[in-house]
Amino acid sequence: MRENAVAERERTVAPGAAVFVSRSQVMSGDDLRRAVTRIAHEIVERNHGLTDVVLVALQTGGAMLVERIAAELERIEGVGVPTGTLDVAIYRDDFGLRPVIAEAPTNIPGDITGKTVVLVDDVLFTGRTVRAALNALADFGRAKCVQLAVMVDRGHREVPIRPDFVGKNLPTRRDELVDVRDDGVHLGEMK
Amino acid sequence: MNHLLTIDELGADGIDDVMRTTDTFAEVNRRPIPKVQALRGKTVVSCFFEDSTRTRLSFETAARRLGADVMTFSAASSSLKKGESLRDTVETLEAIGADAFVVRHRSAGVPTQIASWSRAKVVNAGDGQHEHPTQALLDCYTLRTHLGDLHGKQIVVVGDIKHSRVARSNIAAFTALGAKVKLVAPATLLPASVGEWPVEVTHNLDGALDDADVVYLLRIQQERTDQALLPSLREYSAGFGLDAKRAARLKPGALIMHPGPMNRGVEIAADVADAPNAVITEQVANGVAVRMAVLFLMLGSGDLNA
Repeated sequence: MRENAVAERERTVAPGAAVFVSRSQVMSGDDLRRAVTRIAHEIVERNHGLTDVVLVALQTGGAMLVERIAAELERIEGVGVPTGTLDVAIYRDDFGLRPVIAEAPTNIPGDITGKTVVLVDDVLFTGRTVRAALNALADFGRAKCVQLAVMVDRGHREVPIRPDFVGKNLPTRRDELVDVRDDGVHLGEMK
Repeated sequence: MNHLLTIDELGADGIDDVMRTTDTFAEVNRRPIPKVQALRGKTVVSCFFEDSTRTRLSFETAARRLGADVMTFSAASSSLKKGESLRDTVETLEAIGADAFVVRHRSAGVPTQIASWSRAKVVNAGDGQHEHPTQALLDCYTLRTHLGDLHGKQIVVVGDIKHSRVARSNIAAFTALGAKVKLVAPATLLPASVGEWPVEVTHNLDGALDDADVVYLLRIQQERTDQALLPSLREYSAGFGLDAKRAARLKPGALIMHPGPMNRGVEIAADVADAPNAVITEQVANGVAVRMAVLFLMLGSGDLNA
């Protein structure tokens, strides 16, 4: 799944188009690992265990994080949690405004009615992806509650959405870009 | 994607894009309520100037499952009968609010002509003996779900190659994806230009079956005997029909495909069409997802290179 997500991200950069250039590393690989551990603990604490908890990655940025958080939860609590993926491309509200491609397909583990769904993404920016994800999720049942975990909250919200679990709050300019990878988080821009 | 008129225009990368997008919509189609709102507010006009069951219903279902509105244009009961030209008809439909035309016509090139007149997107749903690209795309998708990468796979296409738009689109798509294509037909049902195609040609079905990964059968029309291209349907069936005995010689896992409508007992024996390795109804089911992908890529998705 992770290989797909990485391949997918690379494909979405059009040939000859600008590429991401890092200006500074804002989280090291160790910082990221510690943040994942803390988020996992917070998820357990908030929900008094992992009963009925389902982790759902937003394609494609959340895929890597969901695997790491799920592994950490299993280490802490000794039980596995179901994980899934959600592709919100077909739920977005900005068709025609910017490129939207259907990414790796959605895979939700069973009916989510009555479950606590933790949406996981790498970066929270305008909030529009999360808004689309809430719409998408409603097509799979009525979750008891939906929570949001992100590695980086970079501000600039355009809809009233806030995260429940945050790896790092990172003030940014609008034209900057945040890149979350396995080995750390970089701030830079497209060049 | 601007228009979808021929497979060659789409190319291997374009086919690949459609395949990946189809995965998304195949998942939507497996849901209890297979409907999303990705094309809400868009209007798709289905313009069938020639009879069709599966293609028209498949496109209309695809458009509705994406939340688009569907206008159905029926040539037989339209102002074409009063002498309105095709161009005026297209401009009228566009003025009413068409965002995309799905066009089938008995003459080759009509979808291309409409695309040159209109600001709306055009999908070729079969034009004369020219092309039927969405059929080729749904066949490629079906093959990929069973065989994975088509590179080096041996696909045997049997039947009326000469008059078949399905054959033209499929041969283009199969070879673009790296498959080896072998055509099997009587000489009267092969086009004169077949020597220039990137395919092998034979008149002997039995010799082609052993190393086939896929046998793709084309429909034989009764009128081909009237045109003296075939002595009789029975004789065609004896030489080129896939009966149980021939099907038994296929290697394990080899697939049997047919674009429909089938003539059971002519190009395919009745029981062979229902065999476990015949994926004919699966082709139809995948057709909806593939057409959702095509409509979405045209109307829903921004251009990545824009």
